[in-house]
Amino acid sequence: MSKRFLSGNEAFAEGIRLAKPDVISAYPITPQTIVVERLSEMVEDGSLKSEFIHVESEHSALSCAIGASAAGARAFTATSSQGLLYMAECLYYASGGRFPIVMMNADRSTALPWNIYGDQRDSLSQLDSGWIQVYAENAQEALDLALMSWRIAEDSRVSTPVMVNLDGFVLTHTYETVEIPEQKQADRFLPPYVTENRIDFDNPKNMAFSAGPDTNYIFKYKAHEGMLAAKEAVRETEDAFAEIFGRRYSGLLDSYRAEDADYILVTLGSIAGLCRETADKLRAQGIKAGVVRIRYMRPFPNEEIAAALKSAKAFGVLEKDISFGNEGTVFTNVNSALQKAGIQLPGYNFIGGLGGRNISAGDIAQIFADIRSGTEHVNFIGIGGDGNGESNS
Amino acid sequence: MKEILWLGRGGQGAFTAAKLFGAAYTADNDAQYALAFPSFGPERRGAPVRAFTKLDEKPVLDRSQTEQADFIVVLDDTLYTPDLSAQLKPGGRIIVNSKLPIPGAFPFDGEAIAAEFRLPTVNTVMLGIVSALSGYITEEQAVSAIEGYMPQKIQARNIGAVKLAREAVQK
Repeated sequence: MSKRFLSGNEAFAEGIRLAKPDVISAYPITPQTIVVERLSEMVEDGSLKSEFIHVESEHSALSCAIGASAAGARAFTATSSQGLLYMAECLYYASGGRFPIVMMNADRSTALPWNIYGDQRDSLSQLDSGWIQVYAENAQEALDLALMSWRIAEDSRVSTPVMVNLDGFVLTHTYETVEIPEQKQADRFLPPYVTENRIDFDNPKNMAFSAGPDTNYIFKYKAHEGMLAAKEAVRETEDAFAEIFGRRYSGLLDSYRAEDADYILVTLGSIAGLCRETADKLRAQGIKAGVVRIRYMRPFPNEEIAAALKSAKAFGVLEKDISFGNEGTVFTNVNSALQKAGIQLPGYNFIGGLGGRNISAGDIAQIFADIRSGTEHVNFIGIGGDGNGESNS
Repeated sequence: MKEILWLGRGGQGAFTAAKLFGAAYTADNDAQYALAFPSFGPERRGAPVRAFTKLDEKPVLDRSQTEQADFIVVLDDTLYTPDLSAQLKPGGRIIVNSKLPIPGAFPFDGEAIAAEFRLPTVNTVMLGIVSALSGYITEEQAVSAIEGYMPQKIQARNIGAVKLAREAVQK
């Protein structure tokens, strides 16, 4: 094990080197570019023996990964924002074909207005594409997910691609100390990919076929089952990871001082640390605050969310997303989890960080104050109101 | 938490200094944590650049931009304005690479040392100045960061600049 002061992108590339993908298809886009640049340098210096394929677009990047996966290869690509949207067609081919590709997405705003900075509207718009979606908080978790995601994707019960999301800039371009595991530890954790879901001239089979109304729904049902099986695969993968690397992750969500909390802020990604720090300050003032960080948006942690929020007096959801005309998509999902569990709680949605806008400690403190006092259902940090009435700023 | 705000122009290496300082603080020390990041966005030579270093004895969870710093380091004195002091914590200091006296700030002519080591920019000179004035990192840690994170062919000259800058302040 060695320690290095790395950015989120560089840490993720280190994790991919340890996972030894057979094929990497690369098309650069800010703020993802550093990942494919580093991987290209690793291939150049011989420390990574992958087939590195330059492609002409994101649509081709994922198509290339699909082709490689169909040949039985471990395939990686990375993208962001408009690139993710441009390859959207292929997302469904990858998940429908049950190809366990891993892709890093640097979460970035979507045009127009054009903007290269971070928010989560790109990946959250693709929740229904059939990909497992996980959100990292820091560079170490990014590296560790670069390893863990393959085990989850390639689990024969799952056979589903994984999108690992890193907040653009705030995580991809921020440097911090990261532990890099030894290759032999990584090899023990992640054996080579072996599958029957591949082109095999000795045992020919039909792949990527069409299916009419009489059978199509069965494939969709099986894909749903595979995605649900990922919940168990995540648990088992994290157990194995803890045993080999000594770092333990907490499953589909990460709950902080939520057990006895009156007011809980639910969020995802790199802003969670500042939320926990704010919760600690409120606790010191006698206010029982807690934080729930959603790690996996798909499969969605319905039961875990209900268990974490059931004793609270009120909750908020902070997300870098808005589904225009309704609310943030994470808020919709959280409310659905509570409704299914028969939990009725006042809940408020806070939309922040769009287009990379800084979310300050003061903003988080204000969110907790609003959760306690009650506010509109949907609140834009720094603007206010839910758009139906007067701004409250 | 200790926070350093670096101000420079694109190409002056403000972010490199911010990163090296963070790497130095955590070098060979498992009980110290750092974050370093630039003001995000497109990079243009000559355009004003902000960079941030956050140091603590526990993991740094706050990834937001520094609003009040312990040190503000200005690599180009045309970027200095007196109202920068509003971004300082009480007792904080502003260090400016400048040949001119600046009331309310600590001016230091970094160009002379940079020239001595044939360095095109003063970023590691100013890193040496801050390290000496703040005491946050030792000379050994600064050297370790340069050896770990700068291209080999420029390491010796930058290490020389850091050492000379530290001596100049300590005199």
